Amino acid sequence: MKEMLSGNEAIARGAYEAGIKVASAYPGTPSTEILENIVQYKEIDASWAPNEKVALEVGIGASFGGARALVAMKHVGVNVAADPLFTLAYTGVKGGLVFVTADDPELHSSQNEQDNRNYARFAKVPMLEPADSQECKDFTRLAVEISEQFDTPVMLRTTTRISHSKSVVTLGEPAGGLPAPALERNPAKYVMLPGNARIRHRFVEERTDRLADFGETLAINRVEMRSTEIGVITVGVAYQYVREVLPEASVLKLGMVWPLPAGLIRRFAAQVDKLYVVEELDPFIEDQVKAMGIPAIGKEIIPICGELTPAILRTAFNLPQTATTEPERLPGRPPNMCPGCPHRGVFYTLNSLKAYVTGDIGCYTLGFMPPLSAMDTCVCMGASIGNATGITKVVSPEERQKVVAVIGDSTFLHSGITGLLDMVYNKAPATVVILDNRITAMTGRQENPASGYTLMGEETFQVDLAQLCNTLGVQHVRTVDPYDLADTKRVLQEEMARPEPSVVITQRPCVLIKREGAFERGESQAVDFEICSGCKACLKLGCPAIIWQPSEGERGKAMIDPLLCTGCEVCAQLCKFSAIKALR
Amino acid sequence: MTTTTVTNILLVGVGGQGTLLAAEVMSEALMAAGYDVKKSEIHGMSQRGGSVVSHVRFGQVVHSPIICEGDADIIFGFELLEAYRCLSFLKPNGTVIANDLRIPPPSVLLGKEPYPGGLAERIKASGAELILVDGLKLATEAGNPKAANTVLLGALSQRLDIDERYWQAALEKMVPAKALAVNQKAFQFGRAI
Ligand code: SF4
Ligand code: SF4
Repeated sequence: MKEMLSGNEAIARGAYEAGIKVASAYPGTPSTEILENIVQYKEIDASWAPNEKVALEVGIGASFGGARALVAMKHVGVNVAADPLFTLAYTGVKGGLVFVTADDPELHSSQNEQDNRNYARFAKVPMLEPADSQECKDFTRLAVEISEQFDTPVMLRTTTRISHSKSVVTLGEPAGGLPAPALERNPAKYVMLPGNARIRHRFVEERTDRLADFGETLAINRVEMRSTEIGVITVGVAYQYVREVLPEASVLKLGMVWPLPAGLIRRFAAQVDKLYVVEELDPFIEDQVKAMGIPAIGKEIIPICGELTPAILRTAFNLPQTATTEPERLPGRPPNMCPGCPHRGVFYTLNSLKAYVTGDIGCYTLGFMPPLSAMDTCVCMGASIGNATGITKVVSPEERQKVVAVIGDSTFLHSGITGLLDMVYNKAPATVVILDNRITAMTGRQENPASGYTLMGEETFQVDLAQLCNTLGVQHVRTVDPYDLADTKRVLQEEMARPEPSVVITQRPCVLIKREGAFERGESQAVDFEICSGCKACLKLGCPAIIWQPSEGERGKAMIDPLLCTGCEVCAQLCKFSAIKALR
Repeated sequence: MTTTTVTNILLVGVGGQGTLLAAEVMSEALMAAGYDVKKSEIHGMSQRGGSVVSHVRFGQVVHSPIICEGDADIIFGFELLEAYRCLSFLKPNGTVIANDLRIPPPSVLLGKEPYPGGLAERIKASGAELILVDGLKLATEAGNPKAANTVLLGALSQRLDIDERYWQAALEKMVPAKALAVNQKAFQFGRAI
């Protein structure tokens, strides 16, 4: 049976074929669809964790219990999960454990471009890297097997291009006859107190040596000899570009990126006249090859920033490019918050209050874009609150009143709670706005502990954010409707002026939630052209449904696209002339 | 070598227009017809009203999942400005199949600049063959304006050498049952262009 699968779908399929029993993740582009697709395999218990560290800890527990497990996250998520990862490398596993890191060269939807191959070496765990969907499926299963054979977690690295490309995959049968999970007491292996950990450290070092030997004959480290003029060591999607651009070159395609098979590399290097290393981002393989004393060309010609493309390789190897025309300046089409997005009015208000907004990761990061232009920092998940605490420690009392942290419900639960705890504990007088839209919206609407549903679609306990903030010690927690601009502004002003920590929860569901009763469309609005004065006040919202109609000689007018408008009525509140009304 | 036997189709549109689904249907049909197929696109930010680009490549063996500038045989555009924006991807004398639709980008909405004029003429002037489709009108006639991308797929299917039954099977697989009849009709309207 053949199917067109994306890399993420293929990893989900691979998990099923490998007999994975537990899968946990926090959504993050480009990794999100792995868990969303695992849900279709009823044999696997799949869940969203509040953050990546918890996801990995759940996976570790399942493995210690004797079941095969998979955890998935985007590259920056591994930073969050790094703490358990480094010790997991010591304890090893019982059931096989695959740890997927989905990296994002070119930062299509990320805040940095880190190359997580470095984590494999740093944490001392093996890493596999597939080059298409078929390999995504096969490597997932192989990773589980290596994990059990060598008593180690195995990292599986994908990149956006692999995660989100589809290619043809031949499906296989699920593994059978796996041992039933059961409790096993083995504190020498699973309790990493110094005495035990010192012993395990030695094991880890020996394991890396054994894995390196294993890599010498591992079939996924493959030599393809063609012309010996040029030899290329490559990995992942870069392999595809090499095959495309240099069809005659000999290739050493590495399927295992860490540890590297030194003997294989030496033999390959000896067989070719000129050796190149072609890899995206860091010179990860190149540095090791050069450290082995083998001359090779890599980052001298291959860029260190951004995604590779066949065109970049053509330039690097001085091959003729297809002629292209000069780019022309055209109106751009950047992403925007949806029409009726509950965040829009909040950012409009923060802008009008001239707040200094410490931002965070989510749809609301788009509040940075004009015309809302109301975000001053954005570092990582959960950073907004800590950033606000730090800033209020150093600026003048007048400036302090301007500091507002914004954070979504999902991000708050991911890593904002501890930040807020610190803010209260250390008495930082900033205001935190929790943009509660009942969903993890940015990555495509995943459930979270505030939504009341699990990944499997079951109803569950729904956390009460206001109560949670109270429990953390916030004395002033207020909930507002972000569609009510006047009220939102009044409450924000009062809380910003207060010389104490405070939380304002803006509560309205994301307009894209399809579940019955979550989001209800209002009546589409329309501009009365007779009354519209052309003042452009409504345009300051940046709602994609509001279109400016220029008019020759006279003032233009605003118009509302009735198909796009969700009837939130926020724009109507901005029109001093009451020109915006429900469409009858 | 293999590159010469690979056909490249670049699908472009605006987030929310169904560009990604059209690329799915196309890839399904091509795989069923026995080709090696690769499809690539970027999710995430770009889907919130931004430009959406899907790359579909098929042939006996396909390596790279992405198309480079100057290599596309066909640009398949769901919106005129987006089709024009990607023109540098087209091979000399390639084909542009475009929906005759204008969706104003933010700067146009805000009245900061006009929607560029004469795009169809500029596409033709570049030497490309332009097939302009009134997708909205034909889709409305078929029963649902949202089926415009299926009308365009019909127009494309006439220009690719694969049997119509593979397209039909792909539509049946990818389109929700209640929308199927309308989409089959829309597809036929497209094939007639
Ligand atoms: S997906 Fe939801 S939260 Fe995100 S921009 Fe759209 S309405 Fe706002
Ligand atoms: S009511 Fe106004 S702000 Fe709300 S979606 Fe419609 S046009 Fe946009």
